Amino acid sequence: MVRVAALPRLLAARIVGHALTFVARFVIAVRADWRGIEPVPRQRVYFANHVSNADMPILWSVLPSALRRRTRPVAAADYWLKTPLRTFAGRDVFRAVLIDRRPEARTEDPMERILEALDEGSSLIIFPEGNRNMTEDPLLPFRAGLYNMGRARPEVDLVPAWIANLNEVMPKGEVIPLPLICTVTFGAPLHVGPDENKDAFLSRASAALAALAPPRPDDIR
Amino acid sequence: MSETTSDILLLSLGVITLLVALTLFGEVMRGRLPVGQTNPVVETFMQRVHSWWAIVVLLTLATLAGEIGLLFLFGFVSFAALREFLTFAYKRKADHLSLALAFFVILPLQYLFVGMGWTGLFAVFIPVYAFLLLPIVSALRGDSNRFLIRVAETQWGLMISVFCISHVPALLSFEPAGERSILLILFLVMVVQIGDLAEYYCGRRIGRTRVAPGLSPKTVQGMVCGVLAAAATGALLHWTTPFGPGWAAMLAAVASVTGMFGSLVFAAIKRDKGVKDWSHLIPGQGGFLDQMDSVIFAAPVFYHLTHLIWT
Repeated sequence: MVRVAALPRLLAARIVGHALTFVARFVIAVRADWRGIEPVPRQRVYFANHVSNADMPILWSVLPSALRRRTRPVAAADYWLKTPLRTFAGRDVFRAVLIDRRPEARTEDPMERILEALDEGSSLIIFPEGNRNMTEDPLLPFRAGLYNMGRARPEVDLVPAWIANLNEVMPKGEVIPLPLICTVTFGAPLHVGPDENKDAFLSRASAALAALAPPRPDDIR
Repeated sequence: MSETTSDILLLSLGVITLLVALTLFGEVMRGRLPVGQTNPVVETFMQRVHSWWAIVVLLTLATLAGEIGLLFLFGFVSFAALREFLTFAYKRKADHLSLALAFFVILPLQYLFVGMGWTGLFAVFIPVYAFLLLPIVSALRGDSNRFLIRVAETQWGLMISVFCISHVPALLSFEPAGERSILLILFLVMVVQIGDLAEYYCGRRIGRTRVAPGLSPKTVQGMVCGVLAAAATGALLHWTTPFGPGWAAMLAAVASVTGMFGSLVFAAIKRDKGVKDWSHLIPGQGGFLDQMDSVIFAAPVFYHLTHLIWT
């Protein structure tokens, strides 16, 4: 049950969420390319490449609203709890599953929080590279989290989602974002095979995600 | 109500009657299918009709709002078109500032010059000053990798998305038509679109000889039909222009044929870039550039011809 005191905050969160989606769709013109699956309300873990802080809001806002309401991003607590504004965005607007990524300081296992969210029926958004990719390589090596989720909850679809063009919208060190069209391409869902080990699965997942990337101009010519 | 306003409403009413007929036709086709089944051809057709509704309503409202309305409408179309073009253009990090200038400085300035009626500046600003300034900004970053390709693609994007499209609202400053110059815009858009529709329809029916085999399904027969249809529409609508039926038909025919070849050029660019549509923003039609390709080429030619014929 929603407490009366929480209502204004809830309302504000909904309004900010709609405003963000509006900006993403009409100014940055993000679009979804559902190549491997349909946008239907199944429980899923969307895993995406990570080059910019805008990745999570972009992927979140490109989902149809019925799916978006049931999808929670997994995000770093140290980033999202730093200021009151970020706390509002992270907790209320995106309803993020906030995890502590510093193993030495944390009191609870992040995987427990994630599985808890899955057991509540939420879909998740995760960035398996763990950090923003600042290199020239398409993807950094994946962390084990994706494998652990797939092993613990085998019925959940693991869906690769490639976010294209965002690094051209705002390359590192630039101040003005360019209004270029970003595309999020969703691939076919993966599941951890019965006797597939961690490294084999993670490299399969990484290859499935990288395969969704549009060809780079350098490769064409 | 002034005469111009009532003429705008009369034109919109004509187009809306046509759209009502098309919508009813589509709904009847839908209704004839068994329950729970859909036909993809009918659905695409309906999607296009719905997009047309949005375009007609927007264009009518902007026209009724007058000069400001049209400047903002076409300014936004330019913005959307440039965004589509530059998304697929070859660019590097060194071009970031010059691309930002294209979006946020050059585009608004061009529309400001159009709005102020500074025709001299509006005609040279992009082809001269933007073309000289942007390569300087890119070169200052010191990256010479594929420099000419980068510069050329950005400049072509500005030329077609901003320079060409801004010739549509620039028709507002056509002196001989006075207040009625606003109707010239509707004339241009209508004859080009009707020419395209007739070209598409006739091309599928009686088309034999391809104009550019391997690039586009356009045929000589389809294009001839389209130009004739545009000319006939132009003659019928000559009362919206300061010209007689003969000149109006000629103007419509030239605008239409330029537009068709423009659409061919865009087919070549899309093929080169390996894309089918520029974007997804107009349901059933692709992007703004897909929708505007013929108007983009037709607008500057139409603009200059109207001025030439009058003098």
